[in-house]
Amino acid sequence: MKLFRIRGGVHPEYRKELASEKAIVAMPLPRLLRVPLQQHVGAPAEPVVAIGDTVGKGQLIARAQGAVSAPVHAPTSGAVVDIANLTAPHPSGLPQRTIVIESDGRDAWAELPPPIEDPLSASPREIARRVGECGIVGLGGATFPAAVKLDLRSRHELDILVMNGAECEPYLTCDDRLMRERAPEIIDGVRIMAHALGVDRVIIAIESNKPQALESMTRAAAGVANLSVIGIPTRYPMGSERHLVQALTGRETPARQLTADIGVVVHNVGTAHAVHQAVRYGRPLISRVVTVSGHGVCEPGNVEVPLGTMVSELIAFRGGLTEEAPRLLTGGPMMGQPLPSLDVPVIKGTSGILALTKEETRIQPAQACIRCGSCVSACPVGLVPVDMVALVRKDNLDEAAAAGVMDCISCGSCAYICPAHIPLVQYFNYAKGRLNAIQRDEQKRDRVKRLVEARAARMAKLAEAKRAAMAARKAAAAPPKPDPDSPPAAAQ
Amino acid sequence: MTVTVGLSAPYAHAPTSIRRTMGLVLLALLPATLYNAGLFGWPAVNLFVVTVLAALATEAVCLRLAGKPLFPPLTDGSAVLTGWLLAMSLPPWAPWWIGAVGGFIGIAIGKHAFGGLGQNVFNPAMVARVALLISFPVPMTLFVAPRPLSSADAPGFLEGLAITFGGRLDLDAVSAASALGHVKTELSRGVPVDQTLSQHQDWIATLLGAVPGSLGETSAVLLLAGGLFLIAKRIITWHVPVSLMGTLFVLGSVTSLIDPGRYPDGLFHLLTGATLLGAFFIATDLVTSPVTREGQIIYGIGIGALTFVIRTWAGYPEGMAFAVLLMNAATPLIDRYVRPRVFGRTSKGEPLSAKRKR
Ligand code: SF4
Ligand code: SF4
Repeated sequence: MKLFRIRGGVHPEYRKELASEKAIVAMPLPRLLRVPLQQHVGAPAEPVVAIGDTVGKGQLIARAQGAVSAPVHAPTSGAVVDIANLTAPHPSGLPQRTIVIESDGRDAWAELPPPIEDPLSASPREIARRVGECGIVGLGGATFPAAVKLDLRSRHELDILVMNGAECEPYLTCDDRLMRERAPEIIDGVRIMAHALGVDRVIIAIESNKPQALESMTRAAAGVANLSVIGIPTRYPMGSERHLVQALTGRETPARQLTADIGVVVHNVGTAHAVHQAVRYGRPLISRVVTVSGHGVCEPGNVEVPLGTMVSELIAFRGGLTEEAPRLLTGGPMMGQPLPSLDVPVIKGTSGILALTKEETRIQPAQACIRCGSCVSACPVGLVPVDMVALVRKDNLDEAAAAGVMDCISCGSCAYICPAHIPLVQYFNYAKGRLNAIQRDEQKRDRVKRLVEARAARMAKLAEAKRAAMAARKAAAAPPKPDPDSPPAAAQ
Repeated sequence: MTVTVGLSAPYAHAPTSIRRTMGLVLLALLPATLYNAGLFGWPAVNLFVVTVLAALATEAVCLRLAGKPLFPPLTDGSAVLTGWLLAMSLPPWAPWWIGAVGGFIGIAIGKHAFGGLGQNVFNPAMVARVALLISFPVPMTLFVAPRPLSSADAPGFLEGLAITFGGRLDLDAVSAASALGHVKTELSRGVPVDQTLSQHQDWIATLLGAVPGSLGETSAVLLLAGGLFLIAKRIITWHVPVSLMGTLFVLGSVTSLIDPGRYPDGLFHLLTGATLLGAFFIATDLVTSPVTREGQIIYGIGIGALTFVIRTWAGYPEGMAFAVLLMNAATPLIDRYVRPRVFGRTSKGEPLSAKRKR
């Protein structure tokens, strides 16, 4: 298949070999599981259990709220011992509503929804509903509710489903292992998704640095019509949705629009595995494969972890940390988030837990920009980071916006390559946050202005009516020329 | 207002740093420098050391005066590089104060007057060279024929000190014109260029550098190797050197075809007058060249064309320094107007339309 060129990008040190040859192992069941109610993009789920309730494995414990949301299920059987605000795996370290379940050690399934018989002839609606009920979100890290993205057919004319197996972030190997070990299940999930979306073509894209995954997926996909497994060049950020679509189809997603607007939907291969589980067995998303890696952890590996497991327990399971204070991240090193502490749970979007040493992060104090232009060559979006950062530094946000800072995908390629070690992405994230806030404020101001104007208009009307009434009364009080047509006290 | 921000991804970094970048450029210059030191002997070595030390000392003083920390800037290699490039563009037997004044001008006026590393508009080494050329035209155009260290008439160490520091240079005995200067003088005497070249030009000698000239004008082969090394190490890209030399070559070849009696050919332009040093090491200066690839091509073409014009019609045979400075001045403009197309947008910045291609 012909591939299309994409702009920029970098070749980071992948260091995948730390974990890539470690088969997926199951995490022993922890005693306490802390399940946050917001593990997805959208509104947090609303609890449907109370403290003291007993729950079965896979039982619904919080339901979705609104159109973009996802329900949450019990990762094991046991008792609800608390519903409290606990630290979430987010750099802010802010607490979040969390259901705490004490395992009864039996790990006994609740009653699950029945398998969908013959999903390839089931209605797309039914499949999307099942995927939604099972709490499946994008497992590549975006955590967008998968059901919403399976239900795009109503609004968009779609023809291609791209399955993202690029896994372009360094260190992460969870998708690689999943594709090596569970290819038939993934392919089954892919076929179900393709059917639900009504697309005529499926492309499974895997970076060429995962030859075994490519091979096992190709084998599992043999004979499936209109489905191809494609090796793509290993280059960061190949797994960025828009860039992947461009590389595979040549279609360029217009700024501020979705890939669906050009007929393509992108899902992660891990999501396909979860869809398979949900449709074939009625199993909700209650565990995921997490890559634990970095030189800061004793035994890197890939672990299937019940959601709600504490990161500290996961790391202890991999032999603990090698040094006092490595840098702890959730996700990959290019776009991942720092962990506020080890006492946070693994959630649906946790693709990796990394403990990186100083030698690995190479964090250095920033120096003066030497205008080398490396950042310009590296930017996959075609921005000029060196100019944007100068504007943001001066807090000149309007010009930074005009220079395209809102189009920045925060991929980190520019900051990765910068010889002056300038933390470019931090500046861009700051600018984006501020610009979004300003926009929200403006919207709010507009709304307030509209309200004030409406109120003023109402008041004016009222005053007008009063005047009219007054005039009428006066007219009534002066009888010489009574006007039978004047409405008496019309405004009252 | 200036903004400070907290830490965020990426938590990985390429093994790049300013010191590595500058260090690799110095490494790439090293073979040509050593070879030339051998070619021109002790006076050249002395001048080189003086120039680099003057650049470093000026850097330290300027940093101090600006209240900035001395480290890492003093050791990041950028001041050494400025001094080094300047030294390579000087006549090798020039007196010590040429190097000292040049090092001072380059760093103090060329760099720190603009605000220090990364802020300067003009290439500091070329600022210094042009200032010297205008202020001290005689010592700046006095070139000697090579006297390799191994040869019998090479000055010894003490004699070298006398030449550099004591002004003990017997001018008539040693002076020789550089290739470009020679062609120019002969032309003004009415000798056609092709005739001068056929007498003067020994291509092998030019390639190997056994010709009169500044330190960096000689030894094309080693400079080319250094430049290719920098491209391989991704410190520079091909865009500036190729567009610059291509333009120079094409202009030279075309005009020489039209009137071989008046214009030297393209290859002559490439191999003389420090073209290779300029194309790979000076025009590619990161700070003062455009940041986009497209801009770099425009910039390279501009330098090539201006160099040709200055060499051919103006009074300075070694026109590249002027050409570089002129295009440096155009760089902010180029960077303002030449930008890559943003993903999902037209070149005007409007979002693409979402029409479907089936
Ligand atoms: S990579 Fe860094 S030093 Fe180079 S131009 Fe960009 S911001 Fe400046
Ligand atoms: S972080 Fe933004 S500016 Fe930097 S390379 Fe990625 S998209 Fe370009």
